[in-house]
Amino acid sequence: MNIEVAKDREFMLPASRGFIVISLFVAVLLEWLPWRGWLLALRPDFVALVLLYWCTHKPHRIGIGIAWVFGIFVDVADASLFGQHALAYSVLAFGGLVLNRRVQMFNLREQSVHVFGLLLASYTVYALVHWQVRGYVAWEYFLGSLTSALLWTPLTLLLQALRRPHRDPYEL
Amino acid sequence: MEDTRTLRFFNRGPSAVARLVFFAMLSLLLLFVDARYRYLESAREIIAIIIYPLQRATALPSEILGDIGAYFSLQRHLIADNEKLHLQHDADAAQLQQMQSLQAENEQLRALLDVKQRAAYTMQMAQIVYLERDIFRRKLFVDKGAQANVQAGQAVVDNTGVVGQVTRVYPWLSEVTLVTDKDHAVPVHAVRNGLRSVVFGSGNISELELRYQPVNADIQVGDELVTSGLDGTYPPALPVAKVVKVERDPAYPFAHIVCVPLAGVDRHRTLLIVSSVPPLPERPASEGSQDEPQRLHKNAKRSKP
Repeated sequence: MNIEVAKDREFMLPASRGFIVISLFVAVLLEWLPWRGWLLALRPDFVALVLLYWCTHKPHRIGIGIAWVFGIFVDVADASLFGQHALAYSVLAFGGLVLNRRVQMFNLREQSVHVFGLLLASYTVYALVHWQVRGYVAWEYFLGSLTSALLWTPLTLLLQALRRPHRDPYEL
Repeated sequence: MEDTRTLRFFNRGPSAVARLVFFAMLSLLLLFVDARYRYLESAREIIAIIIYPLQRATALPSEILGDIGAYFSLQRHLIADNEKLHLQHDADAAQLQQMQSLQAENEQLRALLDVKQRAAYTMQMAQIVYLERDIFRRKLFVDKGAQANVQAGQAVVDNTGVVGQVTRVYPWLSEVTLVTDKDHAVPVHAVRNGLRSVVFGSGNISELELRYQPVNADIQVGDELVTSGLDGTYPPALPVAKVVKVERDPAYPFAHIVCVPLAGVDRHRTLLIVSSVPPLPERPASEGSQDEPQRLHKNAKRSKP
């Protein structure tokens, strides 16, 4: 088995469905950590990031449906309106699926800019719903999209590392 | 490897746009229902129950950190707490002591109240303010004086018997000579047989003497002596003393009879002054006789500072 995967073919690394779901659950757990005050405003949207990662890297393994289901989970945990996160994540997943080929053509730093745009769209959807229902928008909420985009590079590296086949120690 | 095959755009079910539209409509429907009708609370509860363990798990690390912090700060906390509790305990103990003495005082006051209601005489309560420090003169001062119509010669009693007699009156104080004062005399009679006598103070706080009784006088250990009321100073039938020792030595003309005062002569803080004993008619003059009140008067004069 070819262990040294070429850089440009890294998106072809295998990923089981279980791994995808587990990574999403870990993201949900991270999101449920007791964030407070300014940390809450700066909290990166881990679920959105992981969803986006899988949507761009494994578009056949994950779809808008899974994004929607996790959106419902987050809705319940955040006590936001039913469907608010679900709608935002659906839009995000759609963006990721549509742009997956384009995103993979760039390096990580350039990917971050794309991701920032997609996240901003998703955040805007969420804020729009909030504005429609509650009548106001908390602008510091959008800071989260920036921190999330900054987190894109480390998250991608981490998930790539986890997906890489384990090296056999006896091979050396 | 499954992922190496080419992406098949057209046979993977509905297109991405169709899926997006479907899930967006679903989300909007949910949003609408949730915002307007609150039908989904039960569904939300069910999902909340499912995800509760996960939420607990996320809250666990910070809780554990907090517990560890509490564990290490425990020693300090315990010492501080212990100190505080000790202080509290001391304060409480002091208050408890006070409460006990207050309780005892309260009981005595109640008993005095009983005496006051029982006796036909008007009495007034007085508090002891000073004890005279001279051990040879058993006297004390109470806080009622001429302003309260206290007069010299009035008897002072407590709930169990006669304590003494007012011997001097100041505007706001009066001096009380105790029955145990040296040579203080109280006319008494024995309850058992009505034997009249006079009991004298011995100068010892817990002793009285029954003087001038013949050797064969009918006095026994345990006899109770009450005021006879014969001199017009003490109201009749107030307990004074109890006989504790009778020595009949034929070598002496009189028996040596020792009694103990029944009243708490040296105990309480509150006393009663018997303020109105009906005056007796004037005593006919007789030659050379010294009656007790006069003796007392002299006594009082002598003890003037």
